[in-house]
Amino acid sequence: MPENTQNRPTVRGAKISKYPIEHFVADPDETPLQATDSSVSDAAPVSLWLEAWRNLRTQPLFIISAILIVSVVFVALFPGLFTNEQPNANCQLANSDGGAVPGHPLGFTQQGCDILARVMYGTQSSLTIGLFATIAIVIFGGTIGAISGFFGGWVDAVLARLGDIFFALPLILGAIVVVQIPFFQENRNVWTIVLILSAFGWPQIARITRAAVIEVRDADFVIAARSLGVSRAGALIRHVIPNSLAPVIVIATITLGIFIVAESTLSYLGIGLPPDVMSWGNDIFSAKSSLRSNPMALFWPALALSLTVLSFIMLGDALQDALDPKARKR
Amino acid sequence: MGRFLLRRLLQLIPVFLGATLLIYFLVFSLPGDATAAICGEKGCTPAVEASLREQYNLDQPFWIQYLLYLKGIFTFDLGTNFAGQPITDILARVFPTTARLALMALAFEAVFGIAIGLFAGLKKGKFFDSTVLVFSLLVIAVPIFVLGFLMQFVVGVKLEWANPTVSGDASFTELILPALVLGLVSFAYVLRLTRTAVIENASADYVRTATAKGLSRRRVVTVHVLRNSMIPVVTFLGADLGALMGGAIVTEGIFNVNGVGNTLYRAVLNGEAPVVVSIVTVLIVVFVLANLLVDLLYAWLDPRIRYA
Repeated sequence: MPENTQNRPTVRGAKISKYPIEHFVADPDETPLQATDSSVSDAAPVSLWLEAWRNLRTQPLFIISAILIVSVVFVALFPGLFTNEQPNANCQLANSDGGAVPGHPLGFTQQGCDILARVMYGTQSSLTIGLFATIAIVIFGGTIGAISGFFGGWVDAVLARLGDIFFALPLILGAIVVVQIPFFQENRNVWTIVLILSAFGWPQIARITRAAVIEVRDADFVIAARSLGVSRAGALIRHVIPNSLAPVIVIATITLGIFIVAESTLSYLGIGLPPDVMSWGNDIFSAKSSLRSNPMALFWPALALSLTVLSFIMLGDALQDALDPKARKR
Repeated sequence: MGRFLLRRLLQLIPVFLGATLLIYFLVFSLPGDATAAICGEKGCTPAVEASLREQYNLDQPFWIQYLLYLKGIFTFDLGTNFAGQPITDILARVFPTTARLALMALAFEAVFGIAIGLFAGLKKGKFFDSTVLVFSLLVIAVPIFVLGFLMQFVVGVKLEWANPTVSGDASFTELILPALVLGLVSFAYVLRLTRTAVIENASADYVRTATAKGLSRRRVVTVHVLRNSMIPVVTFLGADLGALMGGAIVTEGIFNVNGVGNTLYRAVLNGEAPVVVSIVTVLIVVFVLANLLVDLLYAWLDPRIRYA
C-alpha cells in the first residue's frame, strides 16, 4: 500500500507524523530462556515498613513533626533544664500579670507565677495523658477489633454492639458523666483522666482494627499458614495483626493529639486535673479570667498545646501517606 | 426499605438500653452518696435524707431504679432538679436554642467544608490546596476554647461586628458567631474528608468514562465525583450532630448561650447527678437518631447499597 500522508484519514486535532510508519518485528527466540532466568534482582525485598521509612525520610512534614515531638518529649522528661524557676515555689503576688523581665522571659500569671516555668513543667502531664490513653486504647480497642474482625459471627455482633454503646457517648459527655461518680471526684489525677479518656476512646480504634483485619483475614498468606497447621489464634497473632497495623498506627497517632486537646478541655471546664497539677489546660483555665489584661498568660500555654497537638496530627498525616502506597502513587 | 428500617430500629434498642444502663450504673450504683450534693457540707437530717432518697428512687434496688428511670424517659417525666423545677420544662426551654445552634454549625461546616474540600481536591498539590490543608491542621490543633475566646475578642470586642454574648432569646443573627466557632473544628474534618474522597474518585474509571463520553466538566464534577465522595462525609456529619449538641458545652459557656450545654454544665458544677443523667440521655437519643438518618441517606447517595 503506497504511503501517502495526504490521503490518510485524520482525526480532528490529532497530530500526525509526516514520516511513514515503520513496523519492526522481533525475530523469534531472540532472547534465550537462560538470559531471562539469570536476570535476578539484586535488591533486597522491601517491606511495607522499610519502604514507608524511605519515603518518610524525604518528607518535610515528617521531619518537622518528628523534631517537634522529640523536643516536646525532651522537655517533658527534663523540664528543669529549660527554666531556673520552680513552677509553684516562687509565686509572688507583687508580680501579678507582670510582663517580661530578665530571668522571666514570658512574664507572670495572675498569681505571679513564672509562665515559662509553668509551661515547661505542664508538658509532662499533657504528654503522659495523651501517650498512656493512646496506648490503652490501642491495646484494648485493638484486641477487641481484631477478635471481632477475625472470628466474625456472633462474637463480632456482640462486640460491635458493645462498641456502639460507648460510641453513642461523645468523649466530653462521657467524661462529664464519669466525673459525677464520687470516686472520680475524690481521685482526680493524671491516671484517672487516662482511664476516662480511654474508656470512651476505644471504640474508634476497635472499628479501624476490625476493618483492617477483615481486609487481610482471607489473604493467601493467611490461608497458607492455616493449611500448614497454624492455629486460628496463631494465625491471628503471627500473620493477620502485623499486616493490619498500618491504619491503626495512623489513627492512634492522630488520637494522641486529640486526647491532649480533650484533657485541656476537661481542665478548662474545671472537671479535669485538679488545680494543683501543672498542666496546660489548667493554665489556660486560670488565665481566662484575666484575658483582657494579660492575654499572654493564655497565649503561651495555648501555643505550647497547639504546637504539640499539631505535630502529632502532622505525624499521623505523614504516616498515612507513607503507609498507603496507593495514595502515594496518585 | 421498610424491612431495613425496621431492622435498624431494632438494632437501636440494645444500644439505647446499654448506653442508658451504663450511665445510670456509673452515676448511681458506685460507692458514694448521690444525696450528699443536695445536703451540702452540713448534711441533712435523716428524715430529709430519707425523703430525698425516696424522691430519686434511691431507696429501691438498682434494677427497680433503672426501670423507673426508663419509665420516666418514655413518659417524658425526667424528675426535677434540686431547685424543684421539672427537668422536662427546663429542656423544653433550652433545647430549641441548642438545636438551632447545632444545626447552624452543621450547615456551616457542611456547605463550606464540602465546597472548599472539593475545590482543594480538584487542585491537588496547588497553592490553594496546600494553604487549605495547613489551615485545617491549625484549626484542629488549637483547642476550641482558645479559638472561641479569640473570635469573641476580635469579632465581638475589637471589630464590634457581632455581640460578644448572646441574649436570652438567641436570635439567628446572634447565634452566627457561636455557630461558626462550634462548627470550626468539624469544618476542618469535613474539608479533609471531602478532599481525600474527591482525589480518590477523580482518578476513578467512571469519571474518565464520563469525561470521555463528552459530559461537561461541571456535570462530571458535581454528579459523578462529588456525589460519590459524599458517603464518608455524610457519615461524619451524622455522627457530628450529636457531638455538636454535646460539644456546645464549651461554646455556650464562652458566648453565654442559654442552651443545653450551659444547663448541663451548671448541673455538673452543682453536682446534680439526676439532671446530668437526664440531659445526657436526651443527647444520646439525638445522636442515635442522627446516625439512623445517615444510614437512610446512604441509599439515596449510593444506589449500590441495598437494603435487603
